[in-house]
Amino acid sequence: MSLPIPLPLAEVDYVEATWVMVVKSLIIFLGVFGIVPVLTVVERKLIGRFQNRYGPNRVGPVGLVQPLADIIKLAGKEHFRPDAAVPALYVVAPILVIFSGIVTLAILPFGNVQDGIGLYGIDVSIGVLYFFAFSSLAFYGLLLAGWSSGSKYSFLGAMRSAAQLISYEVSMGLALLGVVMMTGSLSLTHVVDGQGAIWNIVPQIIGFLIFMIAGFAETNRAPFDLPEADAELVQGFMTEYGGTKFGSYLLAEYLEMFVVSGIAVTFFLGGWMGPGPGWLDPVWMVAKTLTLVCFFIWIRATLPRLRYDQLMSLGWKVLLPLATLNILVTAVIVTVS
Amino acid sequence: MQAKLNTEKTDWSAFPYLESAEDVISVQRGPKPGGAGGAYRAFGETLRGLRTTFGRVLEGPVTIQYPEEKTPVYPRFRGRHKLHRFEDTGLEKCVGCSLCAAACPADCIRVVALENDPEHRVSAGERYAEVYEINLSRCIFCGYCEVACPFDAITMGHDYELSDYNRSDLIFTKEMLLAEPLDRTPLRREGE
Repeated sequence: MSLPIPLPLAEVDYVEATWVMVVKSLIIFLGVFGIVPVLTVVERKLIGRFQNRYGPNRVGPVGLVQPLADIIKLAGKEHFRPDAAVPALYVVAPILVIFSGIVTLAILPFGNVQDGIGLYGIDVSIGVLYFFAFSSLAFYGLLLAGWSSGSKYSFLGAMRSAAQLISYEVSMGLALLGVVMMTGSLSLTHVVDGQGAIWNIVPQIIGFLIFMIAGFAETNRAPFDLPEADAELVQGFMTEYGGTKFGSYLLAEYLEMFVVSGIAVTFFLGGWMGPGPGWLDPVWMVAKTLTLVCFFIWIRATLPRLRYDQLMSLGWKVLLPLATLNILVTAVIVTVS
Repeated sequence: MQAKLNTEKTDWSAFPYLESAEDVISVQRGPKPGGAGGAYRAFGETLRGLRTTFGRVLEGPVTIQYPEEKTPVYPRFRGRHKLHRFEDTGLEKCVGCSLCAAACPADCIRVVALENDPEHRVSAGERYAEVYEINLSRCIFCGYCEVACPFDAITMGHDYELSDYNRSDLIFTKEMLLAEPLDRTPLRREGE
């Protein structure tokens, strides 16, 4: 089955001018890096509202300069490394986590090709695989952090994140596979183009729910924040990190949250599509993504952390069979129609 | 709620301390966790939880923005002490009897009394307090001084913002206790 999708300009064999690529990546990189600190304060203010309080509102107008104060505080801390740590890995781990977040950002499509310029970092024909490859790389960051810190809590956190990875990555992939089968392409721009008639959330509602649940696990956020579990593991794999290294984990967490929301929007919520002229596309994309991020925060304010065994049984006994069933049904329908 | 028990099948010899079967109540247990039913229920409960938290957003914050907004106190709140004068004559009510100092369990009141000069009376009584000091770093705000005072000369006020940088600054003299507080602590209104 082939869908009538016009080939976009930026296939793998298409090369834009170098300066266009550079400017594009700079805009996306700086834009999202501008959004991430705002997300931290938005999260704290929203969590406050969910708990009948204001959240930070002292620094700057309605507390909007709070992230700047946080960054200055973190950057002003002492650089240290525990004696028991493995020096190289201890330093590499946070870099790896941030790297994976930034790299996945490149394939998020903020709009289709306009005036010969694709409004995305790069349109790879293996978009989904690229996303999985690099977002899983973040887990290496967590694992290395846990192992190299030379601390029991960090180690336990790393073990948990490993267990979480194998329980969720599979269902997450299967959840997206339904959409991929409907579209007939792994490219993210094709996926969005395929949603012109109806957003994928309607036929693929189960896939969307599974992807969101797995996304919470992927970003280590409540209710699946077992690897960092502040209560019993004192931040888990981050225990031995401080200052800017700790800050980079925070940055990566919010970046990943943005990326996973972006992927969910791309695959299920029609990506850049929305009413209005073409130049509004990136606005729609960012607006939808931020709405999903707010949903992440809402979930965090609502649900308590799952126990270790509950997490495993949810992953293997509920999500995996459901996702498999979902793609089976999708496969049958796609083949028949 | 007391559920029906199948009393016939129960081996009552295992419970020798029970007087009759009516002492036994059954425990209501929730559905077994796990499985597809568990996942379905968990999903429903998640939606209920989301509704609950969103309700908190609609309620709005209940925070009192402290330094700008102060918590109103009840009328009988025991805050910083106040010394009083007679409103008509302007004479101090305190006659330097030291009963407050005697009643004070924390031993934080110091009174030195002097005879009143008939030409320039300070208090309405025979004597007056030349020195009246309360060491607020020791005071436990029990209010015994207020109870002990025969002339209602000392009462507990409503001010609770008493922190200072120096211990010596927390020793309040007679003049400070007689003066009106710089900013007034809000009083709780009826039903607040």
